[in-house]
Amino acid sequence: MTYKIGLDIGSTTIKAVVLDEQDNVVYKSYERHKSRVREMALEKIIELKDLLKDNKVKVAITGSAGLGIANMGELPFVQEVFATTKAVKKYHPKSDVVIELGGEDAKIIFLKGAVEERMNSTCAGGTGAFIDQMASLLNVDLETLDTLSQNYTKIYPIASRCGVFAKTDIQPLINQGAQKENIAASIFQAVVDQTITGLAQGRRIEGNVLFLGGPLSFNKGLRERFIDTLKLNEDEAVIPDMGPYFVGLGAAIFADSNNESYSYRQLLDALTRSANTKVSQAGLPPLFQNDDEYLEFKNRHALAKVDHTELRTYNGKAYLGVDAGSTTTKVVLMDENNNLLYTNYTNNKGNPIDVVKAQLEHIYLQNPTLNIASSGVTGYGEELIRQAFHLDVGEVETISHYRAAKHFKPEVDFIIDIGGQDMKCFKIKEDRIDEIILNEACSSGCGSFIETFAKSLGYDIIQFSQMGLLGKNPVDLGSRCTVFMNSSVKQAQKNGATIEDISAGLAISVVKNALYKVIRINDPEDLGKNIVVQGGTFLNDTVLRSFEIELGKNVVRPQISGLMGAYGIALIAKEQAPVKSSILSMKDLVDFSHESKVINCNLCTNHCSLTINTFNDGKRLIAGNKCERPIKGETNFNIPNVYSFKYSKLEEYKDIKGSGHRGEIGVPMVLNMYDNLPFWHTFLTSLGYDVVLSDKSSKAIYNKGQHTIPSDTACYPAKIVHGHILNLMEKGVKQIFYPAMTYNFDEGISENCFNCPVVAYYPEVIEANIDLDNTQLLYPYISLNNRKDFMKKMRKYFKENGIIISKKEMEEATEKAFIQYDKHKIEVEDYAIKALEYAESEGIMSICLAGRPYHIDPEINHGIDRLITSLGCAVISEDSIARNSEFKKLKVLNQWTYHARLYQAAKYVSTLDNCEMIQLVSFGCGLDSITTDEIRDILKVNDKLYTQIKIDEIDNLGAVKIRIRSLLAAMRNRGEEDATR
Amino acid sequence: MQQDNRVEFTQEMKKTHTILIPNMLNMHFEIIEQLLISEGYKVELLKTTHHNIVNEGVKNVHNDTCYPALLVVGQMIDALKSGKYDLNKVALIMTQTGGGCRASNYIHLLRKALKNNGMEQVPVISVNFYGLETNSGFKFTYRFLIKAVYAIIYGDMLMWISNQCKPYELNAGDTEAVDKKWTKRIADQMHSPSFLRVKRNYKAILEDYEAIPKSNEEKVRVGIVGEIYMKYSPLGNNELEKFLIREGAEPVLSGLLDFIAYCCENMVLDYDLYNINKVNRNLARIALRYLVHSQNKMIKAIKKHGKFKVMSNFNEVKVMAKDYISKGVKMGEGWLLTSEMLELIHSGVNNVICTQPFGCLPNHIVAKGMMRKIKDNYPESNVVAIDYDPGASTINQENRIKLMLSNAKMNMEK
Repeated sequence: MTYKIGLDIGSTTIKAVVLDEQDNVVYKSYERHKSRVREMALEKIIELKDLLKDNKVKVAITGSAGLGIANMGELPFVQEVFATTKAVKKYHPKSDVVIELGGEDAKIIFLKGAVEERMNSTCAGGTGAFIDQMASLLNVDLETLDTLSQNYTKIYPIASRCGVFAKTDIQPLINQGAQKENIAASIFQAVVDQTITGLAQGRRIEGNVLFLGGPLSFNKGLRERFIDTLKLNEDEAVIPDMGPYFVGLGAAIFADSNNESYSYRQLLDALTRSANTKVSQAGLPPLFQNDDEYLEFKNRHALAKVDHTELRTYNGKAYLGVDAGSTTTKVVLMDENNNLLYTNYTNNKGNPIDVVKAQLEHIYLQNPTLNIASSGVTGYGEELIRQAFHLDVGEVETISHYRAAKHFKPEVDFIIDIGGQDMKCFKIKEDRIDEIILNEACSSGCGSFIETFAKSLGYDIIQFSQMGLLGKNPVDLGSRCTVFMNSSVKQAQKNGATIEDISAGLAISVVKNALYKVIRINDPEDLGKNIVVQGGTFLNDTVLRSFEIELGKNVVRPQISGLMGAYGIALIAKEQAPVKSSILSMKDLVDFSHESKVINCNLCTNHCSLTINTFNDGKRLIAGNKCERPIKGETNFNIPNVYSFKYSKLEEYKDIKGSGHRGEIGVPMVLNMYDNLPFWHTFLTSLGYDVVLSDKSSKAIYNKGQHTIPSDTACYPAKIVHGHILNLMEKGVKQIFYPAMTYNFDEGISENCFNCPVVAYYPEVIEANIDLDNTQLLYPYISLNNRKDFMKKMRKYFKENGIIISKKEMEEATEKAFIQYDKHKIEVEDYAIKALEYAESEGIMSICLAGRPYHIDPEINHGIDRLITSLGCAVISEDSIARNSEFKKLKVLNQWTYHARLYQAAKYVSTLDNCEMIQLVSFGCGLDSITTDEIRDILKVNDKLYTQIKIDEIDNLGAVKIRIRSLLAAMRNRGEEDATR
Repeated sequence: MQQDNRVEFTQEMKKTHTILIPNMLNMHFEIIEQLLISEGYKVELLKTTHHNIVNEGVKNVHNDTCYPALLVVGQMIDALKSGKYDLNKVALIMTQTGGGCRASNYIHLLRKALKNNGMEQVPVISVNFYGLETNSGFKFTYRFLIKAVYAIIYGDMLMWISNQCKPYELNAGDTEAVDKKWTKRIADQMHSPSFLRVKRNYKAILEDYEAIPKSNEEKVRVGIVGEIYMKYSPLGNNELEKFLIREGAEPVLSGLLDFIAYCCENMVLDYDLYNINKVNRNLARIALRYLVHSQNKMIKAIKKHGKFKVMSNFNEVKVMAKDYISKGVKMGEGWLLTSEMLELIHSGVNNVICTQPFGCLPNHIVAKGMMRKIKDNYPESNVVAIDYDPGASTINQENRIKLMLSNAKMNMEK
């Protein structure tokens, strides 16, 4: 008998399939390998000894971690998608599409028509590992997650691009108390969306769909999301029994086509050889050269401590600080001398309210007569916890951290805090926070990342981090986002790196990430002399040591590193102590209960989903709101906002109609149209067209076009164009006008006047990827800078498309269009001037929200402008100010019109008191890698704060709010100091 | 408007300073190195490949900056920090395409990096044809430009023919020896007018390559297109050509001349579409004629020799994508990239790797944006896009390429 073995060694699991001569499956298995890939492969063959020992075997290895093993053992290897296709063709020949999700891979195979196989690219989550991560975030096992998901009532939008984004979306939902059932289903929906945008890339998934791989085989809820979204009927969705083993099956079939067969002994030897191969690789130097270094390190850090006082017997005033962070809740109880009475650091298990309640009960139980004189809360869950337990003080977390750091090092000039999700750095100058740097969504490979990783490798975090200290050759893992590190680790595993080296390598990566990606230092001296490090992640000695080595200097890590936010807010609560604290008493706690439910707000067309928490005393807390309307009602809307002014001005064009004798023409409200609409609308209307604009942007519009997007890493403003075009087609227009504009208006403020490549040429993507049927897409290559040439070229273009326009018509339309464009511009500028005047007369601050014209779309900016006005600041825009001020050459090549406006605005803002700039950057915008540094420089030279907010399809105003509140706190702080000087 | 305070590369510096050139194409750049020396410059081609280049890049440029810039800046800063050069006697050189792609700004990123490392005295020479920056010590003479055209054409030819030999050579290293021999010979010829004796050179080159003992086995041919640095630079694409040869495939790379011609063609189009820069248009037309004419001579030589596959000339390439994308798309590699994919498919190379830096803006349009349409029209095409960046692991890239290769091999066996 000759058996055929397929070994599928993936990123997280090892699958084995054995076929007999009649191709019957005589053995199959599916196990997690916890990165012991080569050992597990060998053990698997040892386990099969009884079956195989007296027979011939043919073998093929597949899977992302299988290549190294195959090479070392000199065994045949087959690429996994290729193997899958083999098995599908044999066992399920009627399949049209195969969707296979694995640990870190996602694949789609189209079998009908042109065969196409797609794998997820380097930046993509939405896989098994992502689901694992999310389950551990919700603190449930996979089975429970699946069960929960089947009882959902509502799906939340969760970013589907990569795990890091999704996590930032999910965390606020957890904090707001949204139901786990709904979150679970939303997680699965995110995976589905990711598969559709990331993999299908413009090809429709239809017909008979075969679902393969572990996650799809084991999670009914996930399959349901797919079936629902793809609108498949029962016969079309096929879930084979062999689903999890399918790739292994394909490998076994492939093995059959090999000429070579092995005896059991030979196979065993080959895998033994592979398991024993020592792979030498250039690792990084170890963290400690010798024991003395380790001891010095330990002793030095033992000094930064706080003393403890016995809680049970304490009878003075006590101060409570709660830091309701993203994954953990921290509690500090402090005595009058700032010594610790009680501390706690708990994973909030998705429910911070329960954690705080339990902690309070615990404290009261130990000392029933305790006098809590004041209490405060900070962090993500600030509002929720403050309302729930009637705490006295709330403060933004950045300020709390600074307060605590000052306690340990009064002369501190730099603080870096790496928590579970966030990385925060503050530069302190003259006793105030001078610069706040937070991690951008894409590089947040922070503490929880190490923890999740440790878990996935089968260790707890403490064990894992201690192992890192012993790493002899820490692996070099690069320093990008989690997804990238996952595959780097995979590669290291393939090369046989030890867990110690991986642990150390991860810590070094996190540190490099922080230093070079988030803070972007060139020189350790930039950070200042007195550095305090804090946050839960620095409790990990491996991270701490890596940080010191990378910086080349010693830093202070308070022993309560993970509790600094809570300690800081306790100190603040003490300073701002009320006459009597309003905190819930022991008795109140007994009666305490709360429930949360989700509704859709109906106060405007956004229909934000709100989570309403109701407490037993009848108090309600609304979370998830983007503006203050659901809380404050319709009042308080006097604060000027250039963003909403511009947007409403453009909306007015929907009602402007001319003679319309040439019939309807569609214009998509996308990208540069937010700037050029007054021009094109007037132009087309004047030519006799009835202009039909696409509807307001929304997730629904985006989803409409999702399946036609060819490049999932393009920016959100570009990706949403697809939906707008389809929206216009649904309206029945026969022509769509969407010009391709290499050049923008030359406004005399830059050396050239380009649009970015995406803005300039997106019509090409539309033309090549959307089935336009009978709709004609008119996309002339046109420039507006030479009026005569413009008219000539436009007439020619129309003529080529069978539309005759007389010279006179063209002249009139062009004239009107230019006049209207200028008029619009001046209206906006006038409004901005008034806004600044209003701010000055009312004594409020103003924020220049600087981005691109299309950032005024509420679906793209997620209501950040309204969030700012709700915090009491006027909002102006980059294109509403300083358009005419003198243009000076910059260090960078200033050749894009929209970017030139940013530079001009930054310079203008620098001359204003009480005005700061926030730069909005769309994720994936390559050009902003140039502008951000330049704008930071312009603002810094002029002693202004630089704040950047990255936006994407994710809708996470929680983090944005913290940043803006931190900025406002810094502005106020600065204002007060100026006043006292 | 010229009020920036960059350090100019002066005529005195031409005598005292060594210009460091970042490497992109092994054979081409060795010839160009000698070209510059023959014109009286002191130069050194940076052939470094060690890991610290990436580290320096990551430290010195914004993390969203695309990978080619990161590598080039990293390579230069790494060299300057190596202690091998006197910082007061060294200069750097970088191209500036002047288009709407952010690549035009890389020279400024390099200067910023120099400043941050306290090396602002090092002059950076911009190579551009738009007059963006000028240096009194670095000028393009007519002779210089002619030499450059030939340097590129010879480079293109060597690369093109070498790739048809290397995968099939019976004795490992034979092809490389011929590569080395001819790169050196042409480089040396830059010092005299003998590089102009193209007929003789072409013939001798072809004969030398033909003489290499080769097998007749049929191999999968794989085209490489993409962002220009990623397409060519072994440092950038993790030695993609070598990898393909190791995997039993024949790499097919079109030449650098097409890209230069593409830039000229865009100047012509700028006038046609927007009525701007008439002078540039006229110069570009003359240049184009000369480029295509010179390229044709080389192609004819290959044709006449008859033993190697022939490349398409630029005039054939440039009309390839007319049903796909407008030639108005001129940022980055623009319409040329789409054309190159189609040219490959038309000439029977259905397997194509499109190399791009992660997050490359023009490639959203001209590469990924066009793939669906190409696949629809050519179901047998087998195109894979590979992203490169400092964090991307080679295993992930190789795995995707392997999938493409498995399919290519299956298609070949059909």
